[in-house]
Amino acid sequence: MIIKREEIEKLATLSRISIDEKTITDVTERLSSVLDLVDQLKTANTDSVQGISRPFQVSQRLREDKVTESNQRDKFQAIAPATDNGLFTVPKMID
Amino acid sequence: MNWETVIGLEVHVQLATKTKIFSAASTSFGAEPNTQACAIDLAMPGTLPVLNEQAVHYAIMFGLAIDAEIGKTSVFERKNYFYPDLPKGYQTTQLEKPIVGRGAVAIQLADGSTKSIRIHHAHLEEDAGKSVHEGDLPHGSSGVDLNRAGTPLIEIVSEPDMRSIEEAVAFAKKLHSIVTSIGICDGEMSQGSMRFDVNVSVRPMGTTKLGTRTETKNLNSFKFMEEAIEKEVERQIDVIEDGGTIRQETRLYNGDTKVAKAMRSKEEANDYRYFPCPDLLPVIVSDETIEALRRALPELPDARQARFVEQYALSTYDAGVLSSDASTASFFETVATHCGNPKLAANWTMGELSAALNNAGLGFADSPVSADQLAGMVARIADNSISGKMAKQVFEAMWQGGGNADEIIDAKGLKQVTDSGALEKIVTDVLDSNPTMVEDFINSDENKRKKKLGGFMGQIMKASKGQANPQQVNQILLQKLNELL
Repeated sequence: MIIKREEIEKLATLSRISIDEKTITDVTERLSSVLDLVDQLKTANTDSVQGISRPFQVSQRLREDKVTESNQRDKFQAIAPATDNGLFTVPKMID
Repeated sequence: MNWETVIGLEVHVQLATKTKIFSAASTSFGAEPNTQACAIDLAMPGTLPVLNEQAVHYAIMFGLAIDAEIGKTSVFERKNYFYPDLPKGYQTTQLEKPIVGRGAVAIQLADGSTKSIRIHHAHLEEDAGKSVHEGDLPHGSSGVDLNRAGTPLIEIVSEPDMRSIEEAVAFAKKLHSIVTSIGICDGEMSQGSMRFDVNVSVRPMGTTKLGTRTETKNLNSFKFMEEAIEKEVERQIDVIEDGGTIRQETRLYNGDTKVAKAMRSKEEANDYRYFPCPDLLPVIVSDETIEALRRALPELPDARQARFVEQYALSTYDAGVLSSDASTASFFETVATHCGNPKLAANWTMGELSAALNNAGLGFADSPVSADQLAGMVARIADNSISGKMAKQVFEAMWQGGGNADEIIDAKGLKQVTDSGALEKIVTDVLDSNPTMVEDFINSDENKRKKKLGGFMGQIMKASKGQANPQQVNQILLQKLNELL
């Protein structure tokens, strides 16, 4: 096992995912096996291969800088959990 | 012990695009909350980002302006963290392959020397929304306005090359000057168009190992930046001299209360888990696009300063002040070319007008006295129609909306007397009616005579109701008095 239980707990906190005691061992094992696979992939010789960040050889299409979106606040706020005077409201954040 | 300060800056610059970086919602400032936040900005399920071409071009223009390597293939990544003003749960930014690579910015210091500050890189990213804690909100809640969410930014990261507050401020102002000159940012600091994160450490003078640094985030004025660095340098030296060690931490500085504090460690225990954004493909920029942008790049502040020295015979200092931002520079150039006297144009633009604008909290673009109006007045000083003193009255009247200089000069009867016959008569009258002053002058030694001239000048100017040309009066007076010796 190459991933520690504490690391899973930290990742769960960072990701705002609740993982209970029963499943944490299972998740740890499954994630470890994913990392094992990555390790296996790493052993392949890639000296002659250029690194890519995407599998497709296409590039990003760009958009003209023109406003086409209109104000739809009412529609969005109608489905929001809580709003006040045009603001979305959330539990108080303290700096 | 003597300490050396080491400063590096991360500068967020809002790009002056009409729309967001990944959506076609407007970026205009000051709209009602959440009226410029579309489905993409709100991270509604199923939405996908579409990259704004202008934002990419602006970032490249900045790279060209600082002579940096341009990332012909740049990649967007996700920086993951949770905060209510970031609806997606991640900020789309760049890390491994930014659009702008290494470059350098030259700064001028007060002693006239220049220094090159290296730029590590600059990358494209999106701004977050704004949290609202004050006002009439339901108890126990904060408000979120997502109009700003998705506004395009470039984050410019410097190397830790600055050694004093003066250098840090000069660097920040130079960046402001560059981004406004090439028109990629409106430069409105009060609206958050430029924000600074300051990395500060200290080390014993003469050593080369960097000390532990702290980062003070989100400073939105040159003044606050200066204050925050000053306080942090003092604090670090105190801690070390008292036998303590500096903890690497993120700090906040409140410019209104002048209080700096560390963020709680829990808040900064971030682990951003960057990874390439699967929603965006690599951005590929062609050589043709880069060359086209290079050709269209407006004049840079350094080039403009050199031109002002050459073309208008200004001092390097004056040229530096007048060329630092695009609106000041264009105002000055209009005044200078329309009045035909660049030196006087420079004095009035940097002096009276700049002071009045400062007092009123206005920029050159909103000046109540137009460049043409100021030129009209300066032309009257240059052709001796009015004195510098009268010009101040004319300026005041123009500022209050009194019309053009010539109308004001006529209305106030401010014409300067330059007719030598009339001036001679005034001088002679004053000398004739003050025989004891004349006697006193003749009997004084050389040094005292110079001082006594002022007395005559005062009388003459009074007799002419302030309308005599002082230079001419001075000449005639000297001549008359010399004849009596």
